[in-house]
Amino acid sequence: MSPLRRLNNLATPVRWMIYAALGIFLLVVVQSLTDASKLTTTTTSGAMLRWTVPVMLAGLGGMFSERVGVVNIALDGIMVLGMWFGAWGTINYGPWNGLLIGLLGGALGGLIHAIATVTFGVDHIISGVAILIAAPGIARFLSLEILAGHDGGSITQSPRLSGAGKFTLPFLAGGRIGDWRSPDILGWFTDKDWWYISDLTGFARGFVFNLSIFTIIAFALVPLSAWVLWRTRFGLRLRICGEHPTAGESQGINIYLYKYIGVVLSGLLAGFAGAFIATPELNGIYLEGSVNQRGFIGLAALIIGNWRPAGVMAGAMLFGYPFALGLRDLDGSNTHALLLLAAGVLAVVSINNFRRGNRTDALLGGMIGVLALVWFVGSETVPSWFINILPQLIVLLVLTFFSQRLRMPAADGQPYRRGKT
Amino acid sequence: MTDTTVAAESEHEPEDEPKAQGPKSATNSPLRQALLSAAAPLGAFVFSLIASAIVLIAAGSNPIDAARDMLDHASKLEVQVSMINRATPLYISGVAAAIGFKMNLFNIGVEGQYRMAAIFAAFVGGAVALPSVLHIALILITAMVVGGLWGGLAGVLYTHRGVNEVIGTIMLNGVALGVIAWLVRRWQAEGDIVRVGVGTEPIDESGLLPNLNFVPELFGDLRANEELTGMVVVAIVVGIVYYLLLNRTVFGYDLRASGLNPLAARAGGVPPRRMALAAMLMSGAVGGLVGMAEIFDKTRYDPNFVGFLGFNGIAVALLGRNNPAGIAVGALLWAFLDATSDILQVTQTAPKEIIDIMRGVILLTVVIGYEVVRRMRERTESARTAARLAEGAS
Repeated sequence: MSPLRRLNNLATPVRWMIYAALGIFLLVVVQSLTDASKLTTTTTSGAMLRWTVPVMLAGLGGMFSERVGVVNIALDGIMVLGMWFGAWGTINYGPWNGLLIGLLGGALGGLIHAIATVTFGVDHIISGVAILIAAPGIARFLSLEILAGHDGGSITQSPRLSGAGKFTLPFLAGGRIGDWRSPDILGWFTDKDWWYISDLTGFARGFVFNLSIFTIIAFALVPLSAWVLWRTRFGLRLRICGEHPTAGESQGINIYLYKYIGVVLSGLLAGFAGAFIATPELNGIYLEGSVNQRGFIGLAALIIGNWRPAGVMAGAMLFGYPFALGLRDLDGSNTHALLLLAAGVLAVVSINNFRRGNRTDALLGGMIGVLALVWFVGSETVPSWFINILPQLIVLLVLTFFSQRLRMPAADGQPYRRGKT
Repeated sequence: MTDTTVAAESEHEPEDEPKAQGPKSATNSPLRQALLSAAAPLGAFVFSLIASAIVLIAAGSNPIDAARDMLDHASKLEVQVSMINRATPLYISGVAAAIGFKMNLFNIGVEGQYRMAAIFAAFVGGAVALPSVLHIALILITAMVVGGLWGGLAGVLYTHRGVNEVIGTIMLNGVALGVIAWLVRRWQAEGDIVRVGVGTEPIDESGLLPNLNFVPELFGDLRANEELTGMVVVAIVVGIVYYLLLNRTVFGYDLRASGLNPLAARAGGVPPRRMALAAMLMSGAVGGLVGMAEIFDKTRYDPNFVGFLGFNGIAVALLGRNNPAGIAVGALLWAFLDATSDILQVTQTAPKEIIDIMRGVILLTVVIGYEVVRRMRERTESARTAARLAEGAS
């Protein structure tokens, strides 16, 4: 049995950890071949988590919607609503209530989508476009009516917002228990500067050091949604709506109701995603336009995550990581190193396809890989726009090469009327 | 379908014309058909007026004052010209979306296609000096080619790699925005100093489509700073070609057939892949023209280039049911809201942003209305067939 096969027999969390360790190994190799120095630092991984959250939550939102068979391209618009309501709530009632109000604002967007698509059977994309058009208008209207009246607010932005508390894990990252500062084990290893080991601990420390409680909640939603969808009766009923609604109907399940629940949950999560952008973790204010396509990127994370929670999280990190790296990358050397990484990954894809006899895929992958390599060798830095379009490029590449391995819910996007097959 | 669901559904239709809820045995007269067709858009418009009025009242504005201000404003010649100026790109964008819809493809990517086309057209137009007709033609052709290629890219991904066109075009929109943000700086006019908001090299006078001011001037004096864009002519040509191509050519027939039923069309010898690719190429090429009115007006692509025309084009196509005349009505409605809402800021009767909410409400209620009407028709038809069959049996 090949070692990769044996990996599949391990428990899922263990397998993911091994993948992560392998990924960091790749980064370390790339780092030692290039000028990059920030690929595996604690600040990079911490920033990655913060940048991952909105995309991941939008992706999870999309997942709940598509698992009940309703395509939701309105996520981006719903995030705008969540961001506005979250900011407004935070100004008036503090960060926790603000988050709650942001969730409700998003749920409202989801509800509109559900009414149009489930009750009236409108095409999902059309309803999504309508919400995408209306949402920025609604936010602007509300800003003019309400935010502009606040001190420091205007039609496009809110005053500074306060955030929730931060948390550092004791023992592993040196968090406090009462007044006592516990030892910082990961930090100790990181300071030793051992090859690979210190990179591993440094990167891991970003996951337990100085996290916002909101970030922790967001990541806790990943296993929670997996549990709900695959381990509870409620989740089974949700999923049957997206797989085979008439079969569910024959079991006496109220498909309309579960579709409503799924789409409203989707709005709720997208609302969280939007509200998170306005927290001090990212922007610290409501600012018009700062959702910045992340709803669409969330949709992308959903697809490359194969409509599964852990996949969505990994997909979102694929976007969060280069963003976080690009932020601190003043000389461009770190994002430049990613080109080499891309070339390497594409080489693997190409070789794999060649061995399976997929000539076209092998050729295509090889060509793009060579292009990345040529670009890496022929340049010192990459322009900043590269980071901005990386998510979209990754999705297009993944869909180009792996679309056969992805499986969306069988009845996703299809109209359903009760009593009709 | 059981009677309970009929009752449940008709409860959701109060905003539609009440006369449409006749008994099931109602005859399917042409009058009733026509009323049903008109009911959806009219009902939607009334509903969105009511919804906007509620929003305005909640915000402390008087909706009647706002409506009066908007209508007063619309009676001015320069506002009407501005309305047509705003309707022109929306109409072109609507036709671009409609071409996709006819092939059962969602081209969400007009948004990226028109921006990509606009910056390349502006760059090419600003870089050359040619006799007027050639210069203008070069700019328009560049826009169509770039738009077509960007749309065609999504098309190839769809036909050859199985990438869903909605996802493909959404991602390409993101790529386009990123690339353009870079190109705007790269192709910035006036040397190496990076400044914000400069844009590409301006296009010479010879490359600018002449305005059509002589038309409105027949009706009165036009305020100096308002011009009727020459793109109106291009839009009309696009509309006519769209109509002829779809309804008077074999290609158009094949396209519609593949859109309605790809399997049947394939059995009839129409390759669905090639039709899908052709539709994306054409949709992209037409989409490339969307930004041209703005380019000819500003003489350059600047970083504040008008956005959201792609999404609103989809809306306009849906309002007009992909019909060339219907799209024009939709575009004019959208433009009316846009052009007349400016006055609301001046008179302070209501916030201008109300029109975006109105647009969303109109769009949603119109498509809901169309869907409800379609289902009602299906029901009366099946009832009629059943009645006929019963007659025949007895």
